[in-house]
Amino acid sequence: MSPFFALLSRDIRLAVRAGGGATLALAFFACVVTLVPLGVGSDLHLLSRIAGGVLWVAAVLAALLSLDRLFQADYEDGSLDLIVLSPLSLEVSVLAKTTAHWLATGLPLTVLSALLAVLFDLSVKATGALVLSLLIGTPAVSAIGAVGAALTLSIRRGGLILPLIVLPLLAPAVIFGSGVVQAVQDNLANGAFLFLAAFSVLSVVLSPFAAAASVRLNLAT
Amino acid sequence: MLFELANPKRFMEVSGPFLPWLAAATAACLITGLVLGFSTPPDYQQGDTVRIMFLHVPAAWTAMMAYGLMAVASIIALINRHPLADVAAKTAAPLGAVFTTLGLITGSLWGKPMWGAWWVWDGRLTSFLLLLLLYLGYIALGSAIEDETQSARACAILAIVGAVNLPIIEFSVDWWTTLHQGESILRKGGPLISPVFLWPLLLMGVGYTLLFSTLWIVRIRTEILNRRVRTLMLSRAA
Amino acid sequence: MTLALEVRDLACIRGQRALFRGLNFSVAAGRAVSLEGPNGVGKTSLLRMLAGFLRPASGMIRLRTNGAEVSEAEDRGKFVGWFAHQDGVKAQLSVREQLDFYARLHGRSYDPPAVMAKFGLSALAELPGLYLSAGQKRRVALARLHLSARPLWLLDEPLAALDTAGKKLVAETITTHCAEGGIVVAATHDPLNVDCEKLVLERMS
Repeated sequence: MSPFFALLSRDIRLAVRAGGGATLALAFFACVVTLVPLGVGSDLHLLSRIAGGVLWVAAVLAALLSLDRLFQADYEDGSLDLIVLSPLSLEVSVLAKTTAHWLATGLPLTVLSALLAVLFDLSVKATGALVLSLLIGTPAVSAIGAVGAALTLSIRRGGLILPLIVLPLLAPAVIFGSGVVQAVQDNLANGAFLFLAAFSVLSVVLSPFAAAASVRLNLAT
Repeated sequence: MLFELANPKRFMEVSGPFLPWLAAATAACLITGLVLGFSTPPDYQQGDTVRIMFLHVPAAWTAMMAYGLMAVASIIALINRHPLADVAAKTAAPLGAVFTTLGLITGSLWGKPMWGAWWVWDGRLTSFLLLLLLYLGYIALGSAIEDETQSARACAILAIVGAVNLPIIEFSVDWWTTLHQGESILRKGGPLISPVFLWPLLLMGVGYTLLFSTLWIVRIRTEILNRRVRTLMLSRAA
Repeated sequence: MTLALEVRDLACIRGQRALFRGLNFSVAAGRAVSLEGPNGVGKTSLLRMLAGFLRPASGMIRLRTNGAEVSEAEDRGKFVGWFAHQDGVKAQLSVREQLDFYARLHGRSYDPPAVMAKFGLSALAELPGLYLSAGQKRRVALARLHLSARPLWLLDEPLAALDTAGKKLVAETITTHCAEGGIVVAATHDPLNVDCEKLVLERMS
């Protein structure tokens, strides 16, 4: 097994075991999505209109929930020092950890969204668009979130600042992601899918550099 | 010249005498701009409300410019590790946030008579709301990290990430508004401008820029003095 | 393997306070250095500088391996075996999993039963980190250090929390590493009980 996959599989293992937070993120996602109809009413027509946006916002919030520990846990127990000194370059290590976060959070959220879409009377085609948009877009959430997690890793209440830093940066993901669903609902060709994919690729490629730089500066204490 | 000025001591010496002149120029521009702005004939469509433009559009310019300057200062701070660049970036953020808020408030005041609502999810207003959130995140991160150098470097990274993302956010919001509604009055640069409005608008633009520069220099000077005081207190304690 | 660590005129400033200045020393292959001095004098900072985490305020650190010179801090880190205060032992992973992970991260294969036996972990192999005592965690960290097979070992308080047998194990591990031509720099308050040179950091006035 290569060093990259060693780190990846360790992080997935830590995420799914007790205290890892992967299942918590799923439960949080389901809770938020359930509360929305209770707040806005049971009109299925309205609910199916807003489903794409609601599920996207809820998915981003749920993914953020477990992001603050992405580097912090390793920072607190000294593992991060060992990871930095490992043969992997830090950028690649960050990519491995980000990928693990996505596999443990973004991917399950995507799968669960198909189930939750039923609550919003989303058509089969629109559900397909939703799942596809989350599949394409949630890697950007993990990648940009990793930058926020790295910047706040030494802050005691970093989990509170993280969303403030990361959420505005994720606006394009939410806009294009829900735009994909809307395009299918309205039979539009609005290009949302391509924009979302471009945003995701750009985030996944560039974020590890910013996150690695942030980790380095936080270890220089 | 820039790097000669970048020495905090040199900066204090040069900026001190310069500051009153800058403040006077700011006042002159803003007062003339306002007088001219109020003496223009009312717009045939918007009536007197069009005058809010003179306060709104320059605020929006300045808010964007402040983020740009903050990002440039951050790049210099990261590459050259220069303390003055740290201070410049850190002090630009609250000012940028204030000008963004000003842009949002004046935009909302303009929107009420035009749209009949205090807030409309217009492209410009929406991206300014996001810009304000970016500023707030930057300020929050800066104040949460106690160590001065650490905090400055973390903020610099965030400012650069934000600067890379800002055009994308802008694009996505524009895309989003065209998807959901038609054109609006707060398009880039305001409505199609008749030459009567152009002069006061330009003057106000220069005035806002000068105002920002004045406040920025004052804040940088204050921060430098603050750090000197802290160093003195530390050396006395040791 | 030829190996040499050289430190020239090194200075460390933490939060506007100078911890040490003008520090010079060099360590040859096969030698251990016991880094001593009162609390807060900058021992941990020096180790973090050697590992490349901290940037020196001035001066330089040079590592020579097989004739090649490593001057970049980040490259130097790839030669470092790190054993610090925080043991980096995960509560959710078993001892076996932690060692497996570390070996794979370093692209090394190892013989688990032999390594576990060597570091007194055989009975604990399947136990999650949560149930380990502080001393047992240190043993896991020590086994990890051994697995890293890095030439330059930087140890921060290697004897802390260990029982007599554990301390002896640390001394043996250091001696073996030196015999294989490695270098050890260990910040410690207690005698290491190995053949080593002493480097004492003094408080700056």
